[in-house]
Amino acid sequence: MKQLKYALYTGCTARESTPELLKSTMAIAKKLGIELVLLDEASCCGASHLQDFDDGLSLTLNARNISYAEKLELPMVTICNTCQLNTALAKDRLDNDEALKAKINKNLAEVGLEYKGTSEVKHFLYALQDDFGYENIAKLVTNPISDINVASFYGCHNIRPSQLQNKTNGGENPYKPVSLDNLVLALGGNTVEYESKNKCCGFHVELQNPTTANKLSGTAMLDAIDNNADVMVTPCPLCHLRMDVQQHGISKEVGREVSIPVLHLPQMVGIALGIEPKELGLHHNVTQIGINL
Amino acid sequence: MSHKLGIKKLKIKVFRFNKEQDYLPHYDLFEMDVNQDELVLDIMNRIKWEHDGSFSYRRSCRHGICGSCSVKVNQKPTLACKDNVFELVDIFGEELVIEPQDIKRAYKDMVIDKENFWNKYNSIQPYVVAHIDEFPTMENIITQEKAELLEEADYCISCGNCFYACPVVEVNDEFVGPMALTKAWRFNADVRDDVTSQRLDKLQEIGSGIWDCVKCNECAQACPKELSPIDKITKLHQQTFQEKRSINNVAVRHAVGFKWSIQKHGILDEGELVRYSEGNIGVLKHIPEAIAMFKRGKIVMPWNMPKSKNLSEIQKLVEISSTVNY
Repeated sequence: MKQLKYALYTGCTARESTPELLKSTMAIAKKLGIELVLLDEASCCGASHLQDFDDGLSLTLNARNISYAEKLELPMVTICNTCQLNTALAKDRLDNDEALKAKINKNLAEVGLEYKGTSEVKHFLYALQDDFGYENIAKLVTNPISDINVASFYGCHNIRPSQLQNKTNGGENPYKPVSLDNLVLALGGNTVEYESKNKCCGFHVELQNPTTANKLSGTAMLDAIDNNADVMVTPCPLCHLRMDVQQHGISKEVGREVSIPVLHLPQMVGIALGIEPKELGLHHNVTQIGINL
Repeated sequence: MSHKLGIKKLKIKVFRFNKEQDYLPHYDLFEMDVNQDELVLDIMNRIKWEHDGSFSYRRSCRHGICGSCSVKVNQKPTLACKDNVFELVDIFGEELVIEPQDIKRAYKDMVIDKENFWNKYNSIQPYVVAHIDEFPTMENIITQEKAELLEEADYCISCGNCFYACPVVEVNDEFVGPMALTKAWRFNADVRDDVTSQRLDKLQEIGSGIWDCVKCNECAQACPKELSPIDKITKLHQQTFQEKRSINNVAVRHAVGFKWSIQKHGILDEGELVRYSEGNIGVLKHIPEAIAMFKRGKIVMPWNMPKSKNLSEIQKLVEISSTVNY
């Protein structure tokens, strides 16, 4: 197989509150022989909040981020659903509107950059699914996760709106997503069927309305727990921050103990590939994994 | 199994409930041969005409414009006269479950009480408020550019797909929801309207308005007219800043804080963003989670805050491409 190489847009959380996401991503890439070039020049994607404030500024910053991947002549991979949505949204608008692209490029020209539209932007999950292939991951599994039931939690910004996302997510259907579940199967795990797998965790209103955020996460997590999940897994660090860190507040809100370990997607892959827990940053997870992996 | 090309034998489970008689709902199962051209509405018609005349649902135009026949199929918001059954089978397999938009509001079978939906729609002043000169001396010309601003939102058929797909509506009775907000944008983008500012003021209330959207994009996915209600919600957010009507609340500071943080570090300073958004007192309630995160090495200290490479480029772009101030 030709060696895969991508420009990695880490997003902010992987550099700050979820260091385990960056560690585990780099660890599994190394093990799988995927080359990831860090885009250290990149800024924040705006996470939909800067977009609420200033559309022109957020478009310019996202165009700049992508232009650095284009300079390397590499496709860009993201490891955060919200980075994925906001970067892909900016790309889609620029690629379909010459006038807008010219306007944004006028800004970029001031710092000697240009957005061309030549680099694809996809989430790492779909690079594993469509470029590397789950069957090739399965061949490298040394520690099948067969003893645990894994509830896949997809996160909104990888699957909706499908009109945009389907360009790079292998045609995932937002009403019946399968990519994460299929990955769990490839790693030898048992998948959990539950209705909330494609629902929202509420992260984006955590500050202004923690009640809503806690109810949404709580409902989804209890659905996973009630369907015998031992662990949840997500490709999104924002879902992870909500569901791993906020279990106390969530439990209080829903009036039931909500306690379940939540893994980042590359942590789960890393466990199955036999990578050391320390390299996967498992010690950073707030809800520790009490099961023997 | 198909016994003829273009025909599938399907199991159709249908939600049944009569609020006047039943304590609990039940599901009826119909095994039907369905052909490749049939829509969900065709199936509902056949159930009523061929199997059970008491089966109730709303329908009218059959052309995707009256918005009355919306239901959910396997939880997918579905305008029954638009969605092809075979396409749903491709997603969900050969057993389809047809339910009303919100089973908690079921009145009879697919017919629900949409009072919450219409009350919220009414709450945003869904009409143009304008002083009309009864004796104009010239035409009131609206440029194409201005007309296009509201055009998309004007195509909303009030089917309720987005509203009953919205997870915030589900957990927060106050939230006006994506349809009312799409309509609010339709009138706020109308140059003839005189109450745009008042609408913006009301829509900024925490709990009910634009800042309670969780950005899940369920509404964009659910809209049969592909209007992307969330895109209109974003435009309302932007309008509050463009029109200088934004009020000083935690959500506004959170949005604006992204700019300050990007200008300073390129990437987000997560801790400082929370402090800036919540204020020096409000931030105290986050101390327990901050301690839990600190213990796990999840908090970056201010002196260790990473910065993007080539930060000066970012700072220059923030300076030259900012379009609004706060």
